[in-house]
Amino acid sequence: MATTQQVPIVNYLRVGARPYLRAQECVGCGARYFDRRNACAKCGQAEFVNARVSNHGVLRSFSIVHRAAPGIPVPYVSALVETDDGTTVRSNLVDCPADPGHVTLGMKVRLATYVSGTDDAGTECVAFGYRPT
Amino acid sequence: MSGDSVWVLGTSMTRFGRYPDLDAVDLAAKVCLEAFADGEVTVHDMDVMAAGTLFQASTSMGQRIQKQIGQTGIPVFNVTNACATGATAIRTVYLSIKAGEASMGLAVGVEQMGKMGLLAGGSKEEANVYEASGRYGAVTSIDGVLGTATMPGVFAQAGMAYAYENDGVGFEQFAKVAYKNHLHSTLNPLAQYQKEFSLEEIMGSPVQSYPNTLLMCCPTGDGAAAAVLVSEERLRSMPKRVQKRAVKIAASVLTSDPWVESGQVQPDVNTLTRNAASRAYEKAGIGPEDLDLVELHDCFATAELIHYDNLGLCERGGAGDFIDSGAPFRDGTTPVNVSGGLISKGHPIGATGVANVFEVTTHLRGEAGDRQIEGARVGLAHVIGLGSSCGVHILEKAS
Repeated sequence: MATTQQVPIVNYLRVGARPYLRAQECVGCGARYFDRRNACAKCGQAEFVNARVSNHGVLRSFSIVHRAAPGIPVPYVSALVETDDGTTVRSNLVDCPADPGHVTLGMKVRLATYVSGTDDAGTECVAFGYRPT
Repeated sequence: MSGDSVWVLGTSMTRFGRYPDLDAVDLAAKVCLEAFADGEVTVHDMDVMAAGTLFQASTSMGQRIQKQIGQTGIPVFNVTNACATGATAIRTVYLSIKAGEASMGLAVGVEQMGKMGLLAGGSKEEANVYEASGRYGAVTSIDGVLGTATMPGVFAQAGMAYAYENDGVGFEQFAKVAYKNHLHSTLNPLAQYQKEFSLEEIMGSPVQSYPNTLLMCCPTGDGAAAAVLVSEERLRSMPKRVQKRAVKIAASVLTSDPWVESGQVQPDVNTLTRNAASRAYEKAGIGPEDLDLVELHDCFATAELIHYDNLGLCERGGAGDFIDSGAPFRDGTTPVNVSGGLISKGHPIGATGVANVFEVTTHLRGEAGDRQIEGARVGLAHVIGLGSSCGVHILEKAS
């Protein structure tokens, strides 16, 4: 039986049995980045190591987006999550109704992955969001 | 009048709105000539020019304007800094005068946006074959999947982060900001919209990015504004009637965003505004309590509320109480955006940072007509461009 190929939507999402986000962490000051950096924007050092970002966090801010570019399904909840290890991540809230009555600042959330699309070659795109716990 | 200060000598702006039959050069040239006339000078008095535009940044805007108002061979700085573009043009001329390389110069900001609608946020393009590209190795478009990058959404998140950290801030407080600015705009003939809306109408208008509804978002539009700046020494050689109307730039500050932990996923509009404000107050030798009016960057209602705090207009954490108390209304203790603000006056991006200086200057001269803040002596103009860049100018009436 052929297995379906999967790719992460962005390179800092690590998919597999236990998905997580991977950041570049400055060895000098611990600042974390999701993209490649020439030097740390906080302290200037140029050495980084991979760091595993906690899958648990709290909702620090959100917006319920009703107007977006054509083709993007609305409404959805855009969220800023502060993980338990102090990294801020932006993604959608998932498995949560997109109305102010169901989205509470400070609520606990955890990382969730799902298949967001399939390309012509049958490869699945794996995206991530945060689910209220 | 003594020292090496830089002064606003002449200024002008178009009404903000839609000008489908004119182009950006037409709009800019008009306000440049009006600013010259306002300061009783000509293009031949200019030593330097800075021209700001965002969407036509690569078109030699300054030189194209010169072809309409006079090609005298002076240096032109074409500047762009997102929504702080206009303030950057002013600061460029200010620095040239401060450096002693010029004694008089022209700053102009212009934008022709038409009805371009929602800014940022990209588009929905499902890839045929997934292939990683860009700094994040994205295999498809991420807006709407990994949160939002649209302007109403980003500023909604900035406001809701403030609501998370501080009590007394919610949908209604944000809506009150828009209520105030729409109300103020009814007195400003230069505003794109001049219509009052009830709080219920604002809260009930279509949600763009909660908590920002349509009436809590600035429109796109066209417009231009210009200011002629002059050194104090040269100003002293000019006629008394011209000197009397000149307005002193007590502080000119530009900052960028310092590192904050969350900055890589959500532009930080707070720290650089706080930094700019404190530096500006120190340079001007005043505090926020001395301000008679403030024009701040209310691209969205959520933005204005948090800038009350960032500019020190209220106690730390007290922006909700500040709007609830009526303080920023035109009859309050610290009138904010008596022009109608970006929400109702409009926001042709390159023009905005010059138009704010026009507005404050006009009040300090006592020439603001129906919207005049009586006895205004000191005012502050603030803009912020995402990316980020913040401009703060403090202006003082001639004593």
